[in-house]
Amino acid sequence: MRASWLIAILVLIAAIWPVATFSGYHLFQLTMVVVYAIAILGLAILTGINGQISLGHGAFYAIGAYTTAILMASWDVPYWVTLPVSAVVCAGVGFLVGLPALRLGGLYLALTTFALAVAIPQVLKHKAFETWTGGVQGLVIDKPEAPFDLPLTSDQWLYLFSLFVGVIMYALAVNLTQGRIGRAMRAVRDHAVAAEAMGINLAMLKTRTFAVSAMYTGVAGSLGAIAVAFVAPDSFSVFLSITFFVGLVAGGAASIGGTIIGAIFIEFVPNLADKVSKAAPGAVYGVILIVMMFLMPKGAGGFVADMWRKLVKAGGR
Amino acid sequence: MPAESDQPLLRITGVKMRFGGVVALGGVSFDVAHSQIRGLIGPNGSGKTTLFNCISGIYRFMEGDILFEGKSLANVPRHEMANVGLGRTFQNVALFRPLSVRDNILVGAHHMAKSGFIANALRLPGVRREDAAAQVRLDDLLDLLDLRSVQDIPAGSLPFGTQKRVEMARALIGAPKLLLLDEPAAGLNHSEVDELAELILQVRDHFKISVLLVEHHMSLVMRVSDKVVALEFGLKIADGTPDEVRAEPEVIRAYLGDSNTEAVH
Repeated sequence: MRASWLIAILVLIAAIWPVATFSGYHLFQLTMVVVYAIAILGLAILTGINGQISLGHGAFYAIGAYTTAILMASWDVPYWVTLPVSAVVCAGVGFLVGLPALRLGGLYLALTTFALAVAIPQVLKHKAFETWTGGVQGLVIDKPEAPFDLPLTSDQWLYLFSLFVGVIMYALAVNLTQGRIGRAMRAVRDHAVAAEAMGINLAMLKTRTFAVSAMYTGVAGSLGAIAVAFVAPDSFSVFLSITFFVGLVAGGAASIGGTIIGAIFIEFVPNLADKVSKAAPGAVYGVILIVMMFLMPKGAGGFVADMWRKLVKAGGR
Repeated sequence: MPAESDQPLLRITGVKMRFGGVVALGGVSFDVAHSQIRGLIGPNGSGKTTLFNCISGIYRFMEGDILFEGKSLANVPRHEMANVGLGRTFQNVALFRPLSVRDNILVGAHHMAKSGFIANALRLPGVRREDAAAQVRLDDLLDLLDLRSVQDIPAGSLPFGTQKRVEMARALIGAPKLLLLDEPAAGLNHSEVDELAELILQVRDHFKISVLLVEHHMSLVMRVSDKVVALEFGLKIADGTPDEVRAEPEVIRAYLGDSNTEAVH
């Protein structure tokens, strides 16, 4: 327990340090790491911990992003106020999407959520909503400035703000998944019939878990929209959902800490692949992914946990 | 037996169950008294497991009724069974394999706490109180079932006999009034069955609960049960003390075959 606190503090220090030293663009990349980490955390709660597969979390990310963008562009709502609104909206949508999940197990649920991800860009482009969504063009929103005349650039402030939101979201997720509810989530994943016999209401637990998961990914979408200062339907294609899924598996599906590594992976590895080969970055990306899965079959989170255990054992001797 | 038992803990009256045209249970009736170990025996296909699933809500019986403390279980949802006072184990164990022994057992206490998602995420004081209460019961069971040394180990990696004890602990932490055991001796060797017999008696005496033991293993049932009921083809063929049931010609015929036909056993 104490060791995990120490790690948390070290991670936090390492996370704040770039503010002073990194350039604007690199800070923006780190902001996106935080954003993706929160999005993947939502997926980890659903898929890794509760065992419900979603291939459509990009849809919730899009809904969160658009909620924030519409509120800011149409009603001049301050950016930070849009986050709780987006959380409520996405939790509601997630709850509704979670209802068919009760009847559709495993792979069928994956397909249902996939269908949602396929549909969302077209819904956002649809004429009926054009007044709010801006149609194909999307919406441009203002990048927030640092408040209280703090001597920070917009990028620096945005990074710190995202980090602040991220720390809160992670702390809540750790509490949730380590207590009674988290145990119930895992129990349902591992043996639903036995979990039910222990008094767990499967329908209630699964739909609420879906809502929480969608809320996390939705808030990430909101933060992402603020960071990019722009939303457009084509940024939320099916590929985004798959990317989140890749991040989840690369990080280690049931590992909370692993989601951060997963986020670093999906933010930087495509760039890295691009540097290695301008002609075939997709192929390089694929090779890196396969090598990583081969070396760390339990994902990066599982790998680090195993290494840590070995280290503690060696230290204990 | 406690004084309150003018009403049995569990009363099964005329329960019928059909699958398509096959009659699995043709009207079975018997009682389980307070603090009683009740054996339920019968050859394969006799309806033991069907009846077990009717009691635990996996199947919904078609006729008759199952009363627990006088109240019908007919429409109780499965996830409410633990709250009503029914604990159970599974044939061939159904543990949450990657979870530690401790977490497995604590899941059994799920229904005793009420804290929801938000309270848990914020770790409100009520959540900590609930955790502390569950921890006390957990400690008791770790000692009683000799699981303390393995409490941090993933349940799926333990030997089968130990897994059975974990499952028993998981059922017991929820403070059931009736413990349903579905073929607990399946897959155990001779000495493990002896330990199991000891354990069942110990559990009954320690927690003052009733046990319904559905079992193939005749010697185990006869050794620990206060009363035994025997089924064949969905009908009750004997009901009484182990000695009475053992002496019943119908039971001997059902288990050993008719002396006129060529008995396989």
